[in-house]
Amino acid sequence: MNIEKAVLSVITINKEKISGGAPIFICKTKEEMDNVAANLEAILDGISHALSDELYIIVKH
Amino acid sequence: MNEYTYPILFGVVVGTIARLMMLRTDYRQYPTYLHGKVIHLALGFIAAGLGSVAVPAIMEKEFTAVTFLTIAASQFREVRNMERNTLAELDSFELVPRGNGYIEGIAIAFEGRNYLVIFTSLVASLCYLAWNIWIAILATIGCYLLIRKFMSGSTMKDLVDIDFKQPHFDGAGLYVDNIYIMNIGLPDRQKEILKYGMGFILTPKNFNVRSTIANLGQRQAILHDVSVSMGVFRDSGTPALVPLIKRDLDDGRIGVLILPQDKDIEKAKRVIGSVPVLENAIRMPSESKANKKKGAN
Repeated sequence: MNIEKAVLSVITINKEKISGGAPIFICKTKEEMDNVAANLEAILDGISHALSDELYIIVKH
Repeated sequence: MNEYTYPILFGVVVGTIARLMMLRTDYRQYPTYLHGKVIHLALGFIAAGLGSVAVPAIMEKEFTAVTFLTIAASQFREVRNMERNTLAELDSFELVPRGNGYIEGIAIAFEGRNYLVIFTSLVASLCYLAWNIWIAILATIGCYLLIRKFMSGSTMKDLVDIDFKQPHFDGAGLYVDNIYIMNIGLPDRQKEILKYGMGFILTPKNFNVRSTIANLGQRQAILHDVSVSMGVFRDSGTPALVPLIKRDLDDGRIGVLILPQDKDIEKAKRVIGSVPVLENAIRMPSESKANKKKGAN
């Protein structure tokens, strides 16, 4: 399956900012969030973009 | 053996040599050694044969023989398709792809060069038959010089000024000078890009150049050539580490972000400067009638 230009997942430490849609990963600390994002980036073959300090998205380009 | 044997032989030989002259395997490594070259030499030989028999055919009043040339034309168009397909197929395996613009440029060059071979053989055999071998040799040298001129198009350094600028981050945004390149979220990736990345600003020398360097095919060609010559810090599955070029909408400058393994600024400038300008990226807005009229008023 080939997905282009799609938000593959959302990683956050602030639960209130997100809802629905892509798979969501809620982390406790910034370090954990960086770690999860780095792993997901490699697994999903996408790029982690930071929308704010509390919210990353993985996007396939 | 008849009176046409030597002129045809001469035409075929100089035509094939012409193809050999135009067939250089350089840093692009295309065509590949030996096998790739054999294909093009064989086609060059056929082209030379077609070119050199055209004149004797006309002299024998076999005018229909000239229609052979149309078969040649469709044959070489086929060559262009073949080149395009092969390169497009291989492109998906490149870490930094050539891009369709570059591929089309290479394919056009291969077709065009076969016509130059036909032209050389035709002129050579015509001169041999009309005058003698010495005139034919002179005409051949003239053709070779013409070919050399046709072969060498302009390069990026004729169009733009190249300046080094260290890439930097503003929050998660990656910038080269003031040109926004992309958003990189992970701090580790940011560190890698700051460590390995090099930024260059290409400033167009005139208005025509702006649209040429804005062409996506031309930009991809720059990235591909730099990655070939300087190495690239990237692997499959690391899409964040991708060399990119973005454009400043205000003044048409482009910001180049590369991730070379060899961090030599002067060398990178030379490599960017010698990237060929793709024929299909060239635009000449200043040549348009609307623009000229404005200039006259």
